[in-house]
Amino acid sequence: MEALNNTKTIENPQTVIRNSQLTVALAGNPNAGKTTLFNALTGMRQKTANYSGVTVERKEGNWTVENEHLKLIDLPGLYSLDATSLDEKIAREILMGKLAEVPKPSAVIAVVDATNLERNLYLVTQLLEFGIPVIIALTMVDLAEKQNLEIDVKKLSKFLKIPVIAVKAKQKIGIEELSNEVLKTAKSLEKPKTTWISNGNGFSETIEEDDIHLSLSDNQAANKQIFARYNFISEVYQQSVKPFDESEARFSEKIDRILTHKFFGLVILVAILLLVFQTIFTWAALPMDLLDAGFGSLGEFVGNQMSEGILRDLIVDGIIAGVGGILIFLPQILLLFLFISILEDTGYMARAAFLLDKLMSRVGLHGKAFLPLMSSFACAIPGIMATRTIENRRDRLATIMIAPFMSCSARLPVYALMIAAFFAGQTVFGFISLGAVLMLAMYSLGIFVAVIAAFVLKKTILKSPPPPFVMELPPYRLPNFRTVIQNMFTRALLFIKRAGTIILAISIILWALMYFPRSGEQSAVSSQQSAVKIQEDDNSGSPIIEDQIVSSQLENSYAGMLGHTIEPVISPLGFDWKIGVAIIASFAAREVLVSTLSIIYNVGDDATEESPTLINAIRNAKKSDGSKVWTPLTALSLMVFFVLAMQCMSTLAIVRRETNSWSWVIFMFGYMTVLAYIASLITYQGGRFLGFS
Amino acid sequence: MTLANLEIGATARVKSVRGNGRISKRLMEMGIVPGVLIRVIKTAPFGDPIEVRVRGYSLAMRRNEAETIEVIETN
Repeated sequence: MEALNNTKTIENPQTVIRNSQLTVALAGNPNAGKTTLFNALTGMRQKTANYSGVTVERKEGNWTVENEHLKLIDLPGLYSLDATSLDEKIAREILMGKLAEVPKPSAVIAVVDATNLERNLYLVTQLLEFGIPVIIALTMVDLAEKQNLEIDVKKLSKFLKIPVIAVKAKQKIGIEELSNEVLKTAKSLEKPKTTWISNGNGFSETIEEDDIHLSLSDNQAANKQIFARYNFISEVYQQSVKPFDESEARFSEKIDRILTHKFFGLVILVAILLLVFQTIFTWAALPMDLLDAGFGSLGEFVGNQMSEGILRDLIVDGIIAGVGGILIFLPQILLLFLFISILEDTGYMARAAFLLDKLMSRVGLHGKAFLPLMSSFACAIPGIMATRTIENRRDRLATIMIAPFMSCSARLPVYALMIAAFFAGQTVFGFISLGAVLMLAMYSLGIFVAVIAAFVLKKTILKSPPPPFVMELPPYRLPNFRTVIQNMFTRALLFIKRAGTIILAISIILWALMYFPRSGEQSAVSSQQSAVKIQEDDNSGSPIIEDQIVSSQLENSYAGMLGHTIEPVISPLGFDWKIGVAIIASFAAREVLVSTLSIIYNVGDDATEESPTLINAIRNAKKSDGSKVWTPLTALSLMVFFVLAMQCMSTLAIVRRETNSWSWVIFMFGYMTVLAYIASLITYQGGRFLGFS
Repeated sequence: MTLANLEIGATARVKSVRGNGRISKRLMEMGIVPGVLIRVIKTAPFGDPIEVRVRGYSLAMRRNEAETIEVIETN
């Protein structure tokens, strides 16, 4: 391989020697096979975090070549380095050595998709301007072969004056050669002798960093630069590639004839979404039960080991129950990310954005908002994190503000409990279960309100011209199993880390609200308490009494007082103070509603949404006048409330982080709660007006 | 004539990309520079955006953006 460094002129050795560990950056277009290569080079030795202060994902891995440990930095997927998006800006700063947390890379591996050579080379022409040695890893060569696309690697290398190595990451072909070349280049202490500057003159001597893109502010000059780069690329392309038949591309076009068809495309999209959600429900059920049981026995085990007291209660009821409550949703989140990874990797996600862009743009959103919103069905936290792909700040804010309307998995237990208690076994048209219809209705309500909210936000406080929509539709490809799995776990870990800490803190606060003040005589079971005593509980007496004590303690706690305080406000929605307490407690995480109701109704806090005792307790709970607390209408009203209310402190914490402002957090909490209240009020009072109960 | 005026299936050569803003820059970065051949593949269900093929890959853009691309039909 012809390296361009022939003369050994050492320019400033001390800067290189100072870093004992060499840093290498991995750059490439989206869909170029960058992640697959990154995984092949680093294995599982990688970590994901964020660059400080911004939300660009920072992925690093350890890469060992011949006993030398290199640090491999995976730059975000880029089309360009002109700093128009946050990703581009960060990548640019890393390459210029301006980012304090990352040492300036000694070499850059440019991942270039052989089947999309021209546009991929555009980024390479920019990389060449940074004065860092560039090595091209040519990917998708097997696909190029299938298309009879003949690329003369030697010529390509000669014209670009940098090494070009064809790799097949999956079969580990070319990896060794690439590793050795990168090590050799990174260890040599010299800068590239020549570099490409797009001033129209082609190659020239390396310039100082400060000179790079001096003309950036001048758009006309910038456009000329782009034109010059593409002219250069066209020349290189014509010299090193034989014209080919686009059969592979036609293959994608054929699939697209159906998948992006004006009618069938939309039908298939809805079918895929239904399939994804159905699978998430059914597949996740077993591991969720196992996790639930696991945390239950952990709590029991720890409880038995420790002596009675506040500390034990804090650890068992506050920490283990609280953190366990969020971790139970991990199977669903993993599954959703699995599907998102597959949809992304196959190229379908871009088609979905293509199909839906018109709808999205009607409410002023970008087609790219589709992905974060879709992720929000698992959990708004990763969804909001995913909005960073949207370049325009106002579009991004609008997407963040409506993301929590998507029914996340934490709402599921709430819907499931309400449906199991009041709508189970009923059908519509004789064969569609009413539960499924209601479930779909709740999801639709969230989407509907989100659309309206986005429209209003974009017309008022987030007014901006329609965002540009220029998006690649990558060819359909089989997903790489390893990449998909790794992607899934990386995102899940990120979620646990981010949510775990906040959830832990809030769990403790909420536990304290429900634990204090301690009532002196615990035998004081109030008269109101016995009024709601559950008739069905005819099994042995002692657990019931114990549950009653817990229940009485809850009523007299700060949370119970709060519940009583807000009762006048929420009674028009059909809720009593107990539901009020449950709503307050569910700020930790929405599904906490289920366990809180279990405590309130004396059935023990280990009940699930399918537990028959809890369902019976809810069905039979009576007010002091003997009428039932819960009716199907109450259940519906509560479901509607949960669709729209901002019942999740973790989401608020993430919004604070992503928007860097408390006013957006307060705004989100305020407007969502008001909407939820109004919608529940309409549901309950409207239902009663129409004669339902 | 602009890219937005082309029929589905038509091929054209790009004459210029109007404007000096971020959109025109992004379009050019994606390879739509004067002289390049471009083909309209299809439109999305609601008539917008459109899919074009340029430099061997598929790109989606809104009609607004397509209107800034001056082309000469080549058939």
